[in-house]
Amino acid sequence: MTVAPAKAAGNDAAGGKSAPAAGVRRGQAPHRRPERLSVGWLLAGVLAVTIAALAGLALGPVRLGPLGIVRQLLDLVPGVDIHSGLSTREAAIVTDLRLPRVCLGLLVGATLAMAGGTYQGMFRNPLADPYLLGVAAGAGMGATAAIAAEHGFAATEITGGPGTPVLVPLAAFAGALLAVLLTYLLGATGGRYRTPAVLILAGVAVTSFFTAIQGYLQQRYAQTIREVYTWIMGRLTTAGWHDVLLLLPYTVLMAIVVLALRRQLDVLSVGDEEAASLGAHPTRIRYTLIVVASLGTAAAVSVSGLIGFVGLIVPHTVRLLAGSSYRVILPLSMLFGAAFMALADLAARTVLAPAEIPIGVVTAFLGAPFFIVVLRTTRRLR
Amino acid sequence: MSDPVELERVSVALDGQPILHGVDLTVPEGSWVTVIGPNGAGKSTLLRAVGGLVAFGGAIRLFGTPLRRLPRRDRARLVATVAQDPVVPPGMAVLDYVLLGRTPYIAPLGRESATDLAAVDAVLERLDLAGLAGRRLESLSGGERQRAFLARALAQGASLLLLDEPTTALDIGHQQDVLDLVDQLRRDGGLTVLSTMHDLSVAGGYADRLVLLVDGRLVAAGPPREVLTEQLLSEHYRARVTVVDTGHGPLVVPVRPARSAPTPS
Repeated sequence: MTVAPAKAAGNDAAGGKSAPAAGVRRGQAPHRRPERLSVGWLLAGVLAVTIAALAGLALGPVRLGPLGIVRQLLDLVPGVDIHSGLSTREAAIVTDLRLPRVCLGLLVGATLAMAGGTYQGMFRNPLADPYLLGVAAGAGMGATAAIAAEHGFAATEITGGPGTPVLVPLAAFAGALLAVLLTYLLGATGGRYRTPAVLILAGVAVTSFFTAIQGYLQQRYAQTIREVYTWIMGRLTTAGWHDVLLLLPYTVLMAIVVLALRRQLDVLSVGDEEAASLGAHPTRIRYTLIVVASLGTAAAVSVSGLIGFVGLIVPHTVRLLAGSSYRVILPLSMLFGAAFMALADLAARTVLAPAEIPIGVVTAFLGAPFFIVVLRTTRRLR
Repeated sequence: MSDPVELERVSVALDGQPILHGVDLTVPEGSWVTVIGPNGAGKSTLLRAVGGLVAFGGAIRLFGTPLRRLPRRDRARLVATVAQDPVVPPGMAVLDYVLLGRTPYIAPLGRESATDLAAVDAVLERLDLAGLAGRRLESLSGGERQRAFLARALAQGASLLLLDEPTTALDIGHQQDVLDLVDQLRRDGGLTVLSTMHDLSVAGGYADRLVLLVDGRLVAAGPPREVLTEQLLSEHYRARVTVVDTGHGPLVVPVRPARSAPTPS
């Protein structure tokens, strides 16, 4: 009966009646509704994505008006011909430079936040996150090995270009899956007395191990050190449509599977044995989710490097504000994760402009204090 | 109509350790059978086996159907379990928790129907939980929580209820509330109850039949009066007890060893 402080501050914590359309009308009897995604929260999520995307397209060294951007975007739709009012150069900035980058940010954020929420539900562990479980490190090791192999054996300069080689996500996936399974097995050695901390300790051990291998590979293939280093810190800088198209199918696949299984994650919250007594198949559900969440994480890591904190903060914030059911957490994590990442990327490229901060630094810098604030406020309301 | 539970030479080993050895047991429809026995006798394991939650040797039939041939969802519509120490999912409201009991009726990728919601409403009403439906499970008192656990099991609509130590965490008043409620449900709704219990007097007070399990073997079974005897209890519990026959069933009273007379110093 471990009650995590973060989770313990559930719905009512958000202020009971004042919780914006939290799906369940608290304090009224007897016609209550089960906790579901409310239209209000869904709209808030869509609005957040829209605002983040528009800000990402509008702001930068050249500032553009939102109206011109919207017209320019509509002009891109096949069959629509609108003059945006932007100059050719400005139009190129929107469509060729900023749009792919914003799209990639949205996809990476949605993927990592959803993966984090999924891991938390699947392991019944509020601390689970692609980072803490070693998934990201495994993916990083796999990707580094793939990049090193390209350089070492083929001596091609594929990674020098703007895109990520197609092989990299697959290698990253293999690494991610290996890492999460190792963490799972190591964390399970505590038997029935295992606690959330054991799993995370296992994740830390696995992370160190894969990071060590990655370090070795970087030394061994010195010519790639620089490249891999910038990649580790997380980057959306070289984002082009190639990266977006590479990640998109993985994100879509993961979203479909995870959202389809969101009710099952609520069933898993009572533990495997009770879930089985309710007629569910906990092991089957868990392995399915491990595979798709790791696949999504690996693909995100392949195109953007290691971007921490998103998988932990976003689902938690959603849980604290909107509700503790995975039917609420997963879809909202997808939307707010996307918005969060697009805004973080905006900060990464504007704060020290023209220099750029690695986005992983930004998410950690913003994420950690933000999380503490959220945690403290909701506790006080309780 | 076949009996709700039939066990034939049932054996269970956990982690290579044999727990149950060839247990035979029948639970007739509408009865309340309680398994008693010393710590580590295998009481919980017996319940888990009947619930289909551990692998077993021998044969278990639920309402005449071999347990092994029952798909999970079908099984969950026949038998509902309240575990000894159920997991309390953080942040979950009572209503959502009880709704989990409808899992065997909801397609794996589907959502609950109006029937499911109506069933949950009825159970909440019946267990006097309607006013607590929106409360978080972890904010409830011990007695309320136990009723919520029971409500989830009842929402499964199963006619066999397995209760593993349903009252260990409760004070004597709440113990009675919960057990009276189960007894009432059994009489009203044709439920069959198989439970384990620690408190022998309480066990004898509510069950039609007691089953004494010792080291994974069934050593005695019958009406409480026949099982709760000084001889059986001292032999198998290695306890000094006096059994007092009250009008409501045998009362088992532990006896302190006679103290030697105080020596004046």
